[in-house]
Amino acid sequence: MSHFIDRRLNSKNKSTVNRQRFLRRYKTQLKRAASDAVNRRSITDIDGGEQVGIPSKDISEPQFHHGSGGQRDMVHPGNKEFEAGDRVRRPEGGEGQGAGQGQAGRGGRGEDDFVFELSREEFLDLLFDDLELPNLVRNQLIGTTEFKTVRAGYSTEGAPTNIDVVRSLRGAIARRTALGAPHRGRIRELEEELAALLAAGAEETDAQVIALREEIDRLKTRIAALPFIDTFDLRYQSFTKLPEPTSKAVMLCIMDVSGSMDQVRKNLAKRFFILLYLFLQRNYDQIEVVFIRHHTIAQEVDEQEFFYSRETGGTVVSSALQLADEVIRERYDSETWNIYAAQASDGDNWDSDSTICRDLLIQNLLPLLRYYAYVEITPRQHQSLWYAYQDVKAAYAHFAMEEINGADDIFPVFRELFKRQEA
Amino acid sequence: MASNRIISESSEWTFPLLKRFDQEIGRIAQEEFGLDTYANQVEVISSEQMIDAYSSVGLPINYHHWSYGKQFVATEQTYRRGQMGLAYEIVINSDPCIAYLMEENSMPMQALVIAHACYGHNSFFKGNYLFQTWTSADAIIDYLVFARTYIAECEERYGTEEVELLLDSCHSLMNYGVDRYRRPAPLSMAEEKRRQSERESYLQSQINDLWRTLPFADKEEGGLDERHFPGEPQENLLYFIEKNAPLLEPWQREIVRIVRKVAQYFYPQRQTQVMNEGWATFWHYTLLNRLYDEGFVGDGFMMEVLQSHTNVVYQPPFDSPYYSGINPYALGFAMMRDIRRICEEPTDEDRDWFPDMVDRDWRKVLDFAMRNFKDESFIAQFLSPHLMREFRMFAVSDDDREDTLEITAIHEETGYRHLRQRLADQYNLGSREPNIQVYKVDVRGDRSLTLRHFRYNRRPLGDSVDEMLRHIRRLWGFEVRMEAVDEHGRVQLVGGT
Repeated sequence: MSHFIDRRLNSKNKSTVNRQRFLRRYKTQLKRAASDAVNRRSITDIDGGEQVGIPSKDISEPQFHHGSGGQRDMVHPGNKEFEAGDRVRRPEGGEGQGAGQGQAGRGGRGEDDFVFELSREEFLDLLFDDLELPNLVRNQLIGTTEFKTVRAGYSTEGAPTNIDVVRSLRGAIARRTALGAPHRGRIRELEEELAALLAAGAEETDAQVIALREEIDRLKTRIAALPFIDTFDLRYQSFTKLPEPTSKAVMLCIMDVSGSMDQVRKNLAKRFFILLYLFLQRNYDQIEVVFIRHHTIAQEVDEQEFFYSRETGGTVVSSALQLADEVIRERYDSETWNIYAAQASDGDNWDSDSTICRDLLIQNLLPLLRYYAYVEITPRQHQSLWYAYQDVKAAYAHFAMEEINGADDIFPVFRELFKRQEA
Repeated sequence: MASNRIISESSEWTFPLLKRFDQEIGRIAQEEFGLDTYANQVEVISSEQMIDAYSSVGLPINYHHWSYGKQFVATEQTYRRGQMGLAYEIVINSDPCIAYLMEENSMPMQALVIAHACYGHNSFFKGNYLFQTWTSADAIIDYLVFARTYIAECEERYGTEEVELLLDSCHSLMNYGVDRYRRPAPLSMAEEKRRQSERESYLQSQINDLWRTLPFADKEEGGLDERHFPGEPQENLLYFIEKNAPLLEPWQREIVRIVRKVAQYFYPQRQTQVMNEGWATFWHYTLLNRLYDEGFVGDGFMMEVLQSHTNVVYQPPFDSPYYSGINPYALGFAMMRDIRRICEEPTDEDRDWFPDMVDRDWRKVLDFAMRNFKDESFIAQFLSPHLMREFRMFAVSDDDREDTLEITAIHEETGYRHLRQRLADQYNLGSREPNIQVYKVDVRGDRSLTLRHFRYNRRPLGDSVDEMLRHIRRLWGFEVRMEAVDEHGRVQLVGGT
């Protein structure tokens, strides 16, 4: 009398809506938690999900309940030495608040934060909420050469390779059913008639019986003669080409590796680059990263070398900008690529080189770029490079510069750079 | 007994095995012990689905609300960290009675859950007077479908935000959405739908009537004939708001009503925790032992069942770090077993305390107890001195006027009655929750609502009062005040918006 039902294959994400609502409701708190987390995290796992905490009292659901005070009686189990009339000291911290809110934390854990895990997507959503890529123009349709083949339903003609078997046979069944229906209805009627005749005692040789049988046979042949499949039934998968706006981006990471950039500063720079990379990833399908490091001369290197190998020597920033310019002209046509560049430096430069940098940026690079972000990692006074770059900033709106003093600054500076501009 | 009757030694379950066990357990439950149950619908689900079921307060279908999401996130987190195992089962008071089995359970655990949920809880749902009075098992699923659709429609029409705020406020008053003394009308989906639109227009007209004429009358009558509204204090806050709040739109009233109905559905469960769990535990223990006696299961099977069973009914003493109040499973199970013991092997003490139970058929006595009591009265009636000794119970009085706590009674001759009274009182919802009633509405003036908290043992309200009053104000639309009334009838204002 019991029914057993296997529900294991039913969808298991019944709570998704509720979970989303919960996240939405506490977005402000979660955003704060997410930006805190990004500063705390080790740089290698920035791409994962994240544990975040919200103060429990912020998300409690209030109920009427008794406060402390007054007189209350409680019955407990496990008496060892008490006698009626004994008086004992009031335990510290008070026992459970009776029918209060929720369960009291076990083992004396007090009001902790409500801590839970965000998925990578949710985490990044919160992290980059309200941020946008400045000048995000998908290179427009005019002159696009790229097409994407997409499915476009079914059609009645096409190449044999594209025949959709299931659809075609479904059509065939429908056709056979429809065309055979009147015959089958007639057969049923005739059979009833025949049965009635036979029941009334008619002989097999009776002319009427024979005629009926012949008619039934004839109709059955008609039904059997319906073709199993007809060209009429064939359905082909249809494809169509859509012009696709380019959504390719390249990110140029430029970093000073001269003697004055120690490991701590490089780590700060790396965090910044990673944030930028994650952010770009959310906006573009495909991203290439080019690492350029420089001291007196610039080099294109791989990631490992970029972040970890040490070099010493003086600093000529323009060497890197020149190399960047060459790389772009050689490999990344600004018609099809969205080009972003980020530069991290401690601000040291040969005095006379800073003006060269300025001119390089203004004349060569910035017209090709979507955005150029410069971060200076220094606790000291600004030097010539900073002042030269201020001229660039005045000339181009998509050039930005900020200063980072420590790990805590990175995310705020990043936000500042990519803050959504109020229209 | 012949060992070849053993159904399965394997710890892996299969659907045919589940059916076979259910058949035997069902046979013993019905034929031998006369348990009367709804039909069972057993659904096997995965642990993720169990977490889902958990977070919508155990209901198979429910409207959307962020608090269920919070619940989900919390459950998922603790489960993933391994801090908490999931319950082996969830059972829903409906007809047919729906029970969830987790696929991760071993065969003996599945059998235990079938006995516990499908025959234990199920027969309790069907038999207990509170469930019969307050819930309509055959209509709850339909009603929830109606509620979910209705609320989803409201969200579409008036915005998720708006609906969410309303639900927040209603949820905070969920414990005050029940008539404790009046029998509620039965639920039915078709009926609900048909009446809903009718109610909408009718209700609105009623409310308008109440408010419309009054301000004019004011001038002539002066302050003499001050009409006191409501005529009598109302304990069902949500009902009062649904029917009388001046500014609510018809759809808002309907949502208040939905929350009220759901609260009402859970009301019996909150009052019969000890009995319900005790009853189900007693029956899984009894049924599976019987299965063992008849030779259907082997020693290994029984060991696993008993191990899990002992974990469930463990009662840590008050000074243990694991202590968090009396374990309802432990107390309930012990009391059910004790009733059987008193019937079968009474001592002189039992003859003294329970003269009309000794030497009667324990099945009849237990059935009577299950049908006609709730936790409070069940304990007041059936807790025996024997059990109080076994649990080594003691009563403590905590009075904030004294520096020390007083042990008022322990498990000894002079203390039994006091202990039993205290423990029963502990399960009395009336004293566990603050007694708050609608006292007055200023119909002629500013339409403010006055609530009164009737203090019990001088216990004040907790610090959530202000927040709660804001919620009530959102529903009522005008000023809300809370007054406290002490034992001598003195009234004191404790909060207002």
